[in-house]
Amino acid sequence: MIRTLLLSTCLAAPAYAGEIWVTNEKDDTVSVISTETLEVIATYPTGERPRGITFSKDFSVVYICASDSDAVQVMDPNTGEILHDLPSGEDPEQFVLHPNDRHLYIANEDDAITTVVDTETRAVIAQIDVGVEPEGMAVSPDGKIAITTSETTNMAHWIDTETQELFANTLVDSRPRHAEFVKDGEQMWVSSEIGGSITVFNTADQAELGKIRFEVPGVHQDRVQPVGFEFIEGDTHAFVALGPSNHVAVVNADTLEVEDYILVGRRVWHMAFNADKTQLFTTNGVSGDVTVIDVASREPLQSIKVGRFPWGAAFRP
Amino acid sequence: MKNFTQYSVLFCTCFGMSAQADVALDVTYLSVFEAQPPTLSNLDAEPDDIGVAGALTGLDDNITTGRFLGHNYALNVVQLDDGDDAIAAAKTALAASPYLILDAPPAMLLAIADLPEAADAILFNTSSGDLDLRDSACRANLLHTLPSDKMRTDALAQFFLTRRWDDLVMITGTHPQDVTYAEAMRSSLIKFGLELSGEKTWEFDADMRRAASQEIPLFTQDLGDYDVMILADELHDFGRYVLYNTWEARPVAGSEGLTAVTWSPVIEQWGAAQLQSRFEDKNARDMTSQDYAAWAAIRTLGEAVTRTNAADSATLRDYILSPEFELAGFKGRPLTFRSWNGQLRQPIAIAHPRALVAQAPLDGFLHQVNELDTLGLDQPESNCEVFQ
Repeated sequence: MIRTLLLSTCLAAPAYAGEIWVTNEKDDTVSVISTETLEVIATYPTGERPRGITFSKDFSVVYICASDSDAVQVMDPNTGEILHDLPSGEDPEQFVLHPNDRHLYIANEDDAITTVVDTETRAVIAQIDVGVEPEGMAVSPDGKIAITTSETTNMAHWIDTETQELFANTLVDSRPRHAEFVKDGEQMWVSSEIGGSITVFNTADQAELGKIRFEVPGVHQDRVQPVGFEFIEGDTHAFVALGPSNHVAVVNADTLEVEDYILVGRRVWHMAFNADKTQLFTTNGVSGDVTVIDVASREPLQSIKVGRFPWGAAFRP
Repeated sequence: MKNFTQYSVLFCTCFGMSAQADVALDVTYLSVFEAQPPTLSNLDAEPDDIGVAGALTGLDDNITTGRFLGHNYALNVVQLDDGDDAIAAAKTALAASPYLILDAPPAMLLAIADLPEAADAILFNTSSGDLDLRDSACRANLLHTLPSDKMRTDALAQFFLTRRWDDLVMITGTHPQDVTYAEAMRSSLIKFGLELSGEKTWEFDADMRRAASQEIPLFTQDLGDYDVMILADELHDFGRYVLYNTWEARPVAGSEGLTAVTWSPVIEQWGAAQLQSRFEDKNARDMTSQDYAAWAAIRTLGEAVTRTNAADSATLRDYILSPEFELAGFKGRPLTFRSWNGQLRQPIAIAHPRALVAQAPLDGFLHQVNELDTLGLDQPESNCEVFQ
């Protein structure tokens, strides 16, 4: 999601400048980190329990899931002012912005529903019944397919964005958390936190192409729990947050083999790249900080203290 | 006898699924009446749907998942009153379905498991922590989603050791549950190299709501100095009056104070907040350990049906006891069954009424197979042979 946004704006943005926006789940704030100075340059109040965060295509507004306020908040990123709330259904946790820059697909964790909201008319245009505890959200680059993963039902639900109806449901390992389309939408990846795996699907027929498993030396298998992941330029490698194992894995996207493990902060959850994807910023919930990883050397560079329980991350130029 | 049925609805055609053979799983929840002795305090009103509410929450989870796969689930709830014939009720349930979730005392669990009608059934014990049921009295058709008492006392022993609280005393009540809990605690302390420096039995019949402040200091004075006082008071009779009234100012653990529990309203990590809120919205009360055990039982069956696309008991039992099975139980690790005695492996919460203090197994307690097997009976010491 962040990846597609980047492609469309990198050209216009001055190289290297930028900000990483981090939602602090238990502080009701967002922290704004400068990718140049690697310091927190602003902290803005949000609604209750902010989690998912994403920018509009032109970066003029930022959308924030304020889960316990039962709203998606629309913020002016230049001032931190909340412009208005969008109807979101109950307990919005994570969402994805359709390539049309208008429709937000929102996972309503408590209600087993995916809500589709038109950000212009501020109206709910569809609610789709999905499995128990929907969380991971993705939309294909061509905008035709949206994905919701449900944590207790253990499925990826495939939504036709024209009819707003499910056309397939595929089982994955326990507690699927995050989904991404890869390689121009040819593949769709889903991470399973408790199952400890990522399942790779062929988008065309929803067939399973393979599974990625992780083994962090010195950490019990049960604690290796993949959650958020992002792809570097060209989709050749994925960086995968492994939750309470406190590591990020680097996965070769062609062989589906893990090449490296990088030690980061505690309970690493989601992540975002800087403008040219040379640095990766991971949210570490328990340690309350963000680890900056040098993508080329696959080394952690430094930690940046943010608020309590940082959860989501998004880049803006 | 109260008898009501929740029927699942056929959703399979509405969700864009291709035609699939329908799989239907009917489960009976049977609770057997067990008279409880009176306790000193009237503070705890026991909800009459303990366990049932957990099973119904699990049923909802199964139904939501099943509608995408053409799998249907129904739960028949049978709650017996005093004097009802439990064996007859179990036979009726087993005639309808081989899946039985049981809330019953240990002797009744065994009586039901030994019925000829139960030979190919899958029964779940969701109410008893009795160690014998997982050991020499184990039955191949009886699985346990509630932890054994020993898993809970091992969890506390790990915590004592971690905190270097190695000088321990214990006060034990006189009810059978208190005695078995105390036995489990003694064996846990031995397992982790800890010792009791004093023990007393609580046999008083005074009403502690009036006299606790006078009685408890004197009662605990002769225990001398120690690090922690352990209470074996599983019916929650006298223990609540011990806290803050001991002669020495020391923490209290065991059945009161710092407790090791299956489930608690203070568990919010690992996505547990979602399960808690689903449960609370529906039942307007907190989810108890027994609710959790019933939830885990019906979710175990649901998970097995989802993954095997079958509803016959042989297929489900094989899958449940296989290494492929895992249940996401909101405890931060996948839950699996011990294939040698049918006990659900699970982390144990160490909590006080306001917060989770730690989760066992604690860091540093290692095991050659699975760290969760540092809690409770491990395979080499098990006398259960019918699972082999």
